[in-house]
Amino acid sequence: MAENTPIAMSAPASEPGLPADAGPRRTRRGLRVLRNLMRDRTGVVGAVLVGLALFAALFGPLLAPYDPNLIHPDARLAAPGARFLLGADELGRDVLSRALHGARISIVVGVLVVLCAGAIGVTVGLLSGYAKGLVDGVAMRVMDVLFAFPTLLLAMAVVAVLGTDMRNLIVALVLVYIPAFARVARASTLSVVEEPYIEAARAVGLPHRRILFRYVLPNIMPPVLVQATISLAYAILVEASLSYLGLGVQPPDASWGSMLATGKPYLELAAWLCMVPGLAIMLTVLGFNLLGDALRDVLDPRLRR
Amino acid sequence: MIRVILTRILATVPVLLGIAVVAFFLVRLIPGDTVNVLMGQDFSDPVLEAEMRAFFGLDQPLPVQFWDWFSALLQGDLGHSMRSGEPVTQEILRRFPITVELAIAALLISLTVSIPVGIYTARNRNKGADAAARVASLIGLSLPNFWLGILLIYLFSVYFGVLPSSGHRDFAFTWQHFQYLILPSVTLGLSLAAVTMRMTRSSMLEVLGQDYIRTARAKGLGERAVVLRHGLRNALIPVVTVLGIQTGALLGGTVVIEQVFSWPGLGSQLVQSIQDRDYPMVQGLTVFLAFFFVLVSLIVDIAYRYLDPRMYRRG
Repeated sequence: MAENTPIAMSAPASEPGLPADAGPRRTRRGLRVLRNLMRDRTGVVGAVLVGLALFAALFGPLLAPYDPNLIHPDARLAAPGARFLLGADELGRDVLSRALHGARISIVVGVLVVLCAGAIGVTVGLLSGYAKGLVDGVAMRVMDVLFAFPTLLLAMAVVAVLGTDMRNLIVALVLVYIPAFARVARASTLSVVEEPYIEAARAVGLPHRRILFRYVLPNIMPPVLVQATISLAYAILVEASLSYLGLGVQPPDASWGSMLATGKPYLELAAWLCMVPGLAIMLTVLGFNLLGDALRDVLDPRLRR
Repeated sequence: MIRVILTRILATVPVLLGIAVVAFFLVRLIPGDTVNVLMGQDFSDPVLEAEMRAFFGLDQPLPVQFWDWFSALLQGDLGHSMRSGEPVTQEILRRFPITVELAIAALLISLTVSIPVGIYTARNRNKGADAAARVASLIGLSLPNFWLGILLIYLFSVYFGVLPSSGHRDFAFTWQHFQYLILPSVTLGLSLAAVTMRMTRSSMLEVLGQDYIRTARAKGLGERAVVLRHGLRNALIPVVTVLGIQTGALLGGTVVIEQVFSWPGLGSQLVQSIQDRDYPMVQGLTVFLAFFFVLVSLIVDIAYRYLDPRMYRRG
């Protein structure tokens, strides 16, 4: 199954004659990537959408007109208007405030999941690609088993055991996303270690740790970054799905998925209860997808459309 | 060829074993054990609890417990539901066809949409229709499938009132039955089509740039024969692989979509069992769905090698 996994495959962007750990040059490369990204139209749209979601997540509580859990008994299912810009839900809570609160949850879950899964997965992939042999074999078989579970199913099984709350949801998603990072990191490590500069580093007798972190790690980052952006998009979707199923964020806390679940019975009376969180999920995920696509084009010119 | 297939089949054995181990220990990770869950929190009777542990075999060492569970699993015995007391296997077999019906309908819809659109957009690259289809597929990738379901319910059940919003009728070749299938399968099918369409388009583009396509054109074949016989046949190879990967998305998708449309398949059962903390049922469903997923991937992998003779020799 190793070859048919939906992970971002691309070669490490190792440029001839550019030593990876030259500090100032690396900064310059980062700037160049950013500049190229901004030249790409899809990249700009993606960056704007992601920026909006991040802004809502960071400053949501300041922008929200009401406490997201405050009940206004006189305003049940109130239509969007001057008092409630995006309407009120079945208990009379402000939909806009709840949607802003949901942004924070989606982004926090997405970012935490990608950071943890990325850190663990990249370490596993880096070590097994570098050590090869038995370590590699065992680590990759374990990853195969994790990968053998359909994503959502594994997350559901973990949540089933640990109990349904946000912390367990994050643990479940981290577990689900480790193998993807491990595979991407391993694949590029395998090709990076064949590069002459690694041979040179070995020849001058650098310790393994230094070779790994100063030379190999920076050079496998481009595909890992692309994988991270795509995983963020999917982690947000899976969080929304699980919260929709009642297996993620628990009431009364607002998350986009759970808002959709509680809003659905009122579809006939108050369609805005489903439109607002649905649009929010779609635009955020779309933003990360667009950014990921553009990032891949910029970081790996060989895959350019 | 036979050897390659046999190796591939053997390679899935450790994966299946791994799934069994994970599923077994997953349930052992629960704080407390089955007996605590059954007894509830407000009740405590050490003697009765010890008796129950002996009854369930929970007083045995872990390896023994695993062996008992695993040998029962090999005989198709997944234990009994803690809620209904019915055998888990029986419940799974009862609901499996209902889920398969939805999955197959969704797959058919996704293929009839994605492959023609993929070919058309590849043939008309960078024109209006291509751009539109690409935007549509990106939106499709970003749209949560349960929200798409809700939108379709709003449109066809609430606004036009032509299709039922949820439910299921026993299988029969009647409108009574099919009207319930339409919305869930279209929802799932469209969300799968986004990925398949992208894949068909990009692999068709790659194939159409090959030398043998130019040769086929040069020897005077009609455009239709070139695209369908020489192009599509080769372009479908990676698409088959994507379909294999999508089995996972399909299984996960049915879980969510079944919930949206109250479709009484395995997915609804799984969500219900998690909420009920019915551990044998959750464990059984997890093992069953994961095994099913691995077997489908295996079949797809073999089909892939069969379709692409270049893969004969590679291991």
